[in-house]
Amino acid sequence: MSRIGVFTCWCGENIARTVDVDEVAKRVAELPGVRCSLNYKYMCSDPGQAIVREKIATEKLDGVVVASCSPHMHLKTFRKAAQAAGLNPYLVEMANIREQCSWVHHDRVQATAKAFEIIRLSVEKARNDAALQPIRVPVTRRALVIGGGVAGIQAALDIADAGHEVVMVEREPSIGGKMAGLSETFPTLDCSQCILTPRMVEVGQHPRIKLYSYSEVEKVEGFVGNFRITIRQKARYVDVSKCTGCGECWIICPLKRNPSEFDYGMGMRPAIYIPFPQAVPARPVIDKSQCAKLIRNGCGLCEKKCKAEAINFKDEDRLVEEAVGAVVVATGYKLYSIAKSQPKATLAGYGEYGYGKYKDVIDSLQFERLVSASGPTGGVLKRPSDGAIPKSVVFISCVGSRDNAKGLPYCSKICCMYTAKHTMLYKHKVHDGQAHVFYMDIRAGGKGYDEFVRRAIEQDGAQYYRGRVSKITQEGGKLVVRGADTLAGMPVTIEADLVVLAAAMRPADGIEELAQKLNIGCDEFGFLLESHPKLRPVETNTAGIFIAGACHSPKDIPEAVAQASAAASKVQVMLAADELTREPEIAAINEQTCAACFTCIRTCPYHAIDRAELRTPRGAFIKNTARVNPGLCMGCGTCVSVCPSKSADLQGFTDQQVYAMVESLA
Amino acid sequence: MNIGYYPGCALHGSSNDCEQSLRACLSALDVQLGEIKDWICCGATAAHSLNHKLSLALPARNLAVAERDGFKQLFAPCPLCSMQLLKAKKAVADERVRKELSEIVEADVRGESEVLNLIQLFEKIGVDRLKPAVKAPLESITAACYYGCLLTRPPDVVHFDDFEQPSSMESIVAALGAKTVEWNYKTECCGAGMTMCNEDIVLELAHKILSNAAEHGANCLVVACPMCHVNLDMKQAAVERRFGKKLGMVVYYLSDLVGLALGLSAEQLGINRHFVTQA
Repeated sequence: MSRIGVFTCWCGENIARTVDVDEVAKRVAELPGVRCSLNYKYMCSDPGQAIVREKIATEKLDGVVVASCSPHMHLKTFRKAAQAAGLNPYLVEMANIREQCSWVHHDRVQATAKAFEIIRLSVEKARNDAALQPIRVPVTRRALVIGGGVAGIQAALDIADAGHEVVMVEREPSIGGKMAGLSETFPTLDCSQCILTPRMVEVGQHPRIKLYSYSEVEKVEGFVGNFRITIRQKARYVDVSKCTGCGECWIICPLKRNPSEFDYGMGMRPAIYIPFPQAVPARPVIDKSQCAKLIRNGCGLCEKKCKAEAINFKDEDRLVEEAVGAVVVATGYKLYSIAKSQPKATLAGYGEYGYGKYKDVIDSLQFERLVSASGPTGGVLKRPSDGAIPKSVVFISCVGSRDNAKGLPYCSKICCMYTAKHTMLYKHKVHDGQAHVFYMDIRAGGKGYDEFVRRAIEQDGAQYYRGRVSKITQEGGKLVVRGADTLAGMPVTIEADLVVLAAAMRPADGIEELAQKLNIGCDEFGFLLESHPKLRPVETNTAGIFIAGACHSPKDIPEAVAQASAAASKVQVMLAADELTREPEIAAINEQTCAACFTCIRTCPYHAIDRAELRTPRGAFIKNTARVNPGLCMGCGTCVSVCPSKSADLQGFTDQQVYAMVESLA
Repeated sequence: MNIGYYPGCALHGSSNDCEQSLRACLSALDVQLGEIKDWICCGATAAHSLNHKLSLALPARNLAVAERDGFKQLFAPCPLCSMQLLKAKKAVADERVRKELSEIVEADVRGESEVLNLIQLFEKIGVDRLKPAVKAPLESITAACYYGCLLTRPPDVVHFDDFEQPSSMESIVAALGAKTVEWNYKTECCGAGMTMCNEDIVLELAHKILSNAAEHGANCLVVACPMCHVNLDMKQAAVERRFGKKLGMVVYYLSDLVGLALGLSAEQLGINRHFVTQA
């Protein structure tokens, strides 16, 4: 390369204030291989780009260095400009003299000298640039949605309505997720089931959605556009294709006293059950840990009763494989476990609240079931211990959330709102009852949210205390709640009939294992990591995998739905064409020199390198080699640093380029 | 068993009945208490609130003395003392702090000896050893075990039992043949810190504790803190006067119950010197 054009930008005052751009341009012009060196006030503007295009044509440039801002900002801009002028876009380099120079220095002389050095390095790199072609990868135009809660449902319907096939995997017997169990939703108090169940039915009946309920993702192979997903269909002991959902089996089942998962233990279910009447699919499963037939070959009444002959006690887990091009993870949340015993050493429970010890201390999801029309009490609020209607209920927010001592410093975001909602629902059901709320702050940002909380306080008379509860004890059938009212500066003692704890939101069980299978990241609490917190909120760092809903962070329904639609639209963009293009700055292995030690395969964090054989055109075996899968490689360069035979290199960032840059410094 | 013994100010003074009880009970169990020589204040009172470094240096010296005398275990019956010792132990885990404190107290502070509170001492002896030694099972006793505020707190310093719902004392008391009750004020403050300056608070708190124990069917209270004992026993008459009711709740040290079960007399254990005695 010997005809490099260098274009130094002032960035208005941003660069020119501390860097003498005239001086820099003059000195750069003297560098070996530099054909022309110019500066301009706004190189990214239309006239600025025109200068670049014109010089490429008139000076027959074979490389371009733009000395301006970060490549994150404008590399694409200048690559496009170069391409328009007929230059391979990968022959464009950016020298960052703004973020890495002018913005961080005051001394004009030193900054000017440093800017020159930065440009010199980039010129060296440009001289060693090779023309690259974007990678084209074929796309399987189907998507996988993991999780059938409201976020998963929204994403699946959006993608399917756009004309693509969707595979949905849900580990519970029915889709619907947490939302299906809620009573009414804030801030409108519309019935949760009334708005969700029609969407569930749509999923169940959609010609382009293939639903795997009671199933889990077992294995993920492949790469963007070409994933192969192995799904484990857990033994249901009911043949879904024969079953009519008539309900004879769960009526006849004699083992009716099993705590219902859907009711969070507030109600009971038989050993063969559907989680709730509106379940999709409306087909039962047998709980093998409780069924007398499966445990000791007893009973078998359901099999005898079933006219459709759908019961199959010999059922086993089945593995099925599905090919998809993109994945949306929407696995949702669970509540922090309040009691003393904790799943992780980093978490601590609240012994002082007596959850698990006193029956009438419950969590918020349990309360939802107790006030839900479809709940175990038919919507009449009865407390668990004796079925009495509670006349005084204490709600405690931030149980786990924002509590460093318990290992969860984050805000769970939705508890302030649903606690206000709970006080309203309670007041609407028990008119002479009194709701008390202990809070730290009321966080009610959102459309109609603060008004909603005010309504709970002003119209429905909820008594709010700013302060924490130190202890809950039981005296003569009453729960004695002792706390502080920090605004009044007084200790408060309330005798309550029921206590509801707004436990923190944590990602659903098994999230870390799933993240590992998908090769995506999670934060220290297990929430999945987005690619960029502002600009790429639904993408992950693995191409083709997107996230939606509370698996990413605590979210309410509107937010989860919005994020699901965002993820769905990203998927639609991906699936819009038969091929997708990727940047070619990825690893390449010199298969001739590769010693087939496969160190790179073991170290590649993206599992992007495979074993391969080198053969003659006639098929005779020559040698083993490692080979990069261009669909998977993210261009991190780990293989380059570990390869003992120096056979791995990163296109666009070759060793040769980096050495040339380092040498030019000396 | 030879255990280092740090009596602190209380056990030689206002709570010498506790020391009497401990010595009688432990000699019956063949456990020797070796009082560490030349011990000083544990730093729980004035130093604790006025000077952080001093509040570490004082217990650090006591630790160093115990280690110099070769004690692997250091028994501090008063929870304030044991908490202070544990705080110092935690602090000297940092090598820089360890060196600094060693310099201040002019002794090598290693922070290696194990600090025991009154309950842990009996846990160390072990329920297995206590059970066969019981000569007079305490069948008539239904005890409310009272831990007070400091035995289990701060949890990240003392690392002892469940700090909200502890149960270690119950297991020992049960081994002696006595019954225990579930009640609500196991770890609440007795108000001992306010004894001198605000008696109203003290009486109210003591009243809550004593009457809650009685309401849950206890006929006595068991404590493992000399401060709690002073407050609940000595102040009980005042509580009765203030609230106009008869409580008559005997307050035992844990060692009293162990001693009684081992067949020792109330006089040997110093129980007769308590303010509230069995009617």
